[in-house]
Amino acid sequence: MDIDALPNPQRRSITAPKELLRELEEGGADINPLDGLVPSKRIADREDDYHKRRMNRALSPERKDAFATASTVNDENNVRSYAEVMRENELDKTRADLVRKLKEQQKEGVTTSNAESSDGPPAKKRRWDAKGPDDSDQHTVPNLSSSTKSEWEEEPAPTAKRSRWDQTPVAADGAAEKKRSRWDETPVASQGIDATPNTKKRSRWDETPVNLGAGGLTAATPVGNLGLMTPTPSQLQVPMTPEALTAMRWERELDARNKPLTDEELDAMFPQEGYKILEPPPSYQPIRTPARKLMATPTPMAGQLGGVYMMPEEQAQQGVELQGPEIPGVGSLAFMKPEDYQHFGKLMDEKDDADLSVEELKERKIMRLLLKIKNGTPPMRKVALRQITDKAREFGAGALFNQILPLLMSPTLEDQERHLLVKVIDRILYKLDDLVRPYVHKILVVIEPLLIDEDYYARVEGREIISNLAKAAGLATMIATMRPDIDHVDEYVRNTTARAFSVVASALGIPALLPFLKAVCRSKKSWQARHTGIKIVQQISILMGCAILPHLRQLVECIGHGLEDEQQKVRTITALAVAALAEAAAPYGIESFDSVLKPLWTGIKKHRGKGLAAFLKAIGYIIPLMDAEYANEYTKEVMIVLIREFQSPDEEMKKIVLKVVKQCAATEGVPPQYIKTEILPEFFKHFWIRRMALDRRNYKQLVETTVELAQKVGASEIVMRVVEDLKDESEQYRKMVMETIEKIIATLGSSDIDDRLEEVLIDGILYAFQEQTVEDVVMLNGFGTVVNALGLRVKAYLPQITSTILWRLNNKSAKVRQQAADLVSRIAVVMKTCGEDKLMAHLGVVLYEYLGEEYPEVLGSILGALKGIVNVIGMQNMTPPIKDLLPRLTPILKNRHEKVQENCIDLVGRIADRGAEFVSPREWMRICFELLDMLKAHKKAIRRAAVNTFGYIAKAIGPQDVLATLLNNLKVQERQNRVCTTVAIAIVAETCSPFTVLPALMNEYRVPELNVQNGVLKSLSFLFEYIGEMGKDYIYAVTPLLEDALMDRDLVHRQTACTTVKHMSLGVVGLGCEDALQHLLNYIWPNIFEVSPHVINAVLDAVDGLRVAIGPNVVLQYLLAGLFHPARRVREVYWKIYNNVYIGAQDSLVAFYPRIEDDERNHYIRYELDYVI
Amino acid sequence: MATGTTNSQLEHLQSKYIGTGHADTNKFEWVVNQHRDSYASYVGHHNLVSYFAVAENESVARMKFNFVEKMIQPCGLPIVRDD
Repeated sequence: MDIDALPNPQRRSITAPKELLRELEEGGADINPLDGLVPSKRIADREDDYHKRRMNRALSPERKDAFATASTVNDENNVRSYAEVMRENELDKTRADLVRKLKEQQKEGVTTSNAESSDGPPAKKRRWDAKGPDDSDQHTVPNLSSSTKSEWEEEPAPTAKRSRWDQTPVAADGAAEKKRSRWDETPVASQGIDATPNTKKRSRWDETPVNLGAGGLTAATPVGNLGLMTPTPSQLQVPMTPEALTAMRWERELDARNKPLTDEELDAMFPQEGYKILEPPPSYQPIRTPARKLMATPTPMAGQLGGVYMMPEEQAQQGVELQGPEIPGVGSLAFMKPEDYQHFGKLMDEKDDADLSVEELKERKIMRLLLKIKNGTPPMRKVALRQITDKAREFGAGALFNQILPLLMSPTLEDQERHLLVKVIDRILYKLDDLVRPYVHKILVVIEPLLIDEDYYARVEGREIISNLAKAAGLATMIATMRPDIDHVDEYVRNTTARAFSVVASALGIPALLPFLKAVCRSKKSWQARHTGIKIVQQISILMGCAILPHLRQLVECIGHGLEDEQQKVRTITALAVAALAEAAAPYGIESFDSVLKPLWTGIKKHRGKGLAAFLKAIGYIIPLMDAEYANEYTKEVMIVLIREFQSPDEEMKKIVLKVVKQCAATEGVPPQYIKTEILPEFFKHFWIRRMALDRRNYKQLVETTVELAQKVGASEIVMRVVEDLKDESEQYRKMVMETIEKIIATLGSSDIDDRLEEVLIDGILYAFQEQTVEDVVMLNGFGTVVNALGLRVKAYLPQITSTILWRLNNKSAKVRQQAADLVSRIAVVMKTCGEDKLMAHLGVVLYEYLGEEYPEVLGSILGALKGIVNVIGMQNMTPPIKDLLPRLTPILKNRHEKVQENCIDLVGRIADRGAEFVSPREWMRICFELLDMLKAHKKAIRRAAVNTFGYIAKAIGPQDVLATLLNNLKVQERQNRVCTTVAIAIVAETCSPFTVLPALMNEYRVPELNVQNGVLKSLSFLFEYIGEMGKDYIYAVTPLLEDALMDRDLVHRQTACTTVKHMSLGVVGLGCEDALQHLLNYIWPNIFEVSPHVINAVLDAVDGLRVAIGPNVVLQYLLAGLFHPARRVREVYWKIYNNVYIGAQDSLVAFYPRIEDDERNHYIRYELDYVI
Repeated sequence: MATGTTNSQLEHLQSKYIGTGHADTNKFEWVVNQHRDSYASYVGHHNLVSYFAVAENESVARMKFNFVEKMIQPCGLPIVRDD
């Protein structure tokens, strides 16, 4: 034990040898030992380069709200108008042009003097905390003035890349202030306190979006709450790079586990006597690893500023409480990431609220709420979300978005956090409404990337936000805000903007956006604008599908001219947009495409390569819309080009050609003969080659197209051509052949396959099945489909197939065994049709012997195969006999694997249903107990099968014992288990008649236990649902029980009783039970004022059910008492029920409305009803 | 949340029917709806119209026409709401 460590319980740990540490430092301290093992939850980690470009976008300052009244206009100095933004955009573009030219020059031989920094991705620079090997251990604090050059001190040499940032090196310069670029607008508070003289040249170079003093304000990715509205000095907080933070998190976790033992802990560990605590020698100076020291207490880099937040030291010491820290005014959170300390640091400086200005207080309030939403426990989150929504207008759009949006741009953002923050935006958008206008662009910058996220739900979320935003801000604002981005220099920005616009179109309607689209698509100023405009149309059709039909002609006209644009890119995107429109419109709207047919036609003759592919695609989508004769003609013409392009080596072209062939073949007008003679030979020559099987998408497309061709020319024509390839040496290719054959046979049947082909086919399939090394379901499916399609014709091959199966059942590889068993279950029906009972019996015995299988996947398949055999040959003829088989299955029911469970329970259920008499009741009871466990299963199919099996078993051995078991099970804790038990009881009652079950069930209600009573009520509810009109015999029996339940204090009692009454009353309509039902209605009625959603729903349902059973007139009489009650709350409920009754029985109510006397003004009497003849 | 949506679904469904009411429905509105429903019902049930026709000594078609006409303003002029 290291005695030295004792007196100072401060952080210290045993460290690795120095060389090792150094090695680690040089390699970058942020090595994550679990890298590659645990999939990162961070969004930034899974993004590719294109998606990462979102980080290049800046949250621009607010825009002017052109529609705002004078009183609401916010600070004029901070906001920019449309004209300014457009000007800047123009500047950006010229800049980009210049940079490109410079770059070209550079390429042409001008060698850079600073090769290191002009490299594309700069070589990993040493980070501020990593030291060179020559650093001595005495370094305990990072000396900023030392000669060690850290990354952010390095002067960024201007390079060609990343255009706009380095072009404004004087951003923080006071003199430049009048120039109004976007940089000088942000208040630059840091000038006086910058530790390094170079800060003002800092630009995007360092790439690490850190809060480097207030200079961070200009960073493209703003971190922290650098709200422009309230730039306070206290924002200069813990500046750390995200990497450093990650490193620190790891470090801390390791430290927490390896932390030095405290005195108390040591006291507890050692015996009181025999040990003595020594004083450390006076000369002792504890060694501290500097790097470690740095990580533990992050020293602010921008010099020692007052009021800087320091990471609480206890944090690392507590260790166990790494999760769930306490934040003043927030409470205990679910988790807290170090990055959060950066954003929310202010909450922890423990200032007195009284010292703060109103603005600051508001800011803190928002911060607290956001922190609760982001990191809190679900209940906390719910409350905070509601609060922030309710107070949204009070807080104001600026204060809210200035905090939320930077959080969303954080590089360490995780999916969950993003989801929550996006949710916050969604909620507050509703509340803020038009206040949101100045922030539309900021929000778009953050939300647009969601539209191209790989995660489907992220895309949906993004769409929802943008659509709400569009509704809140209005079309004019949306257009004014997004217009500058339409011809932005960055393709990424244009792409996302186009998608955002399509969402706006779907939110506000296409007609509203059409004039704008027309203008953009015809823009003379830049081809980028035209390109984006047309892309918007494409995205609209993808997003809205057939909803574009009413506007199809306008949309087509809007983009039509783009097919003859001078820019290749514009022509391509136009063709793609036309294709998308045609796809969305299918099968209608051919007349709208008249205007583009000709340019498309001439286009396919003029273009080559990518452009041609796009044009072909457009034509391919338009042809299916045409009438048969036109389609035929056009197909013939386009086919010439297509066949020429069959040999194109371009992958994209191949896919499109295949797609177009598929669509042309599907149209009515193309005669089979034409396909046979013109298309097939070339098609098979160029596409049915091994290489096509390698790429997944080619593979799929080729299979689809071939199947489509087969629909036209018949199964045998195609099968004949490919069947030989079942014996090809490439497995992937064999698979493709098999899949094609399977799909063709499945759709077209086997009738036109002759004997010869049949022989070759079976032979090929057997070969392919046996030769497979990568077990795939494709071969299995193919085998099953073909054998089933051939039916009786397969009899001759069955012995061969069976021997293959038997041989493979014995294989060493588990997968092979599994497939063999799967195959048995697929061909069992055919074997029966072919009369091969003996063969099946043999298979049954063999499978039975393999029930000891240890691999669960295989065991599941074997059980499935046995089930298949039992199903076709019947319980009597089964070998092994059922009485031997079932006892073997009982222990297998204990298996926890889902596949085994499902197949086993199915088989057992089948036996219980059809052949229960073969097995002793004792065995069935044993199975009952096993089944109870199955009710816990995650998979619904298993639970359902188990519940049904209870019914079969009860039928077989009588309900008493089974019922007793089930009733006992009502006492368990688990809800799902109880619910399933109640269902099982109801099923038992249904199968064995209710009178066998009801007495015991009702008796059980006397158990004074909540769960049991509720279980009984629930069983009754299911029971009456299942037995329907049989219920009329039992209503009077259960009424007293229901009375009691409806008067119980417990909500759930009343709720479940209401559900029971609903089912009961719906079952006995017109069967003369009105008296009992009305009696129950009297008990139900007082519950209509319940507020708990489940209860009130159940009550309303019950009233509805009773309305059906005892007539709307009775319920109306109840209602009349409260429709005009003085208390609004009462009226609301009564009208709600009235409306329900009204909708359900509008006509019958006519006879029962109360008689209302005329007054001096109006006449209310319906006199016709008084006629008596 | 699920129940929240069912509730709003229910309200949406109810709002699609003109004859439904709410806590602020007044007597006049309610009775007007009753009258319109009644007339619609009479017209729809031929037996009922025949009966009324005998009582009023009118032709069935006239009765039906009258009922439809009356649906426009069955209870006289509307009451001016004070809110």
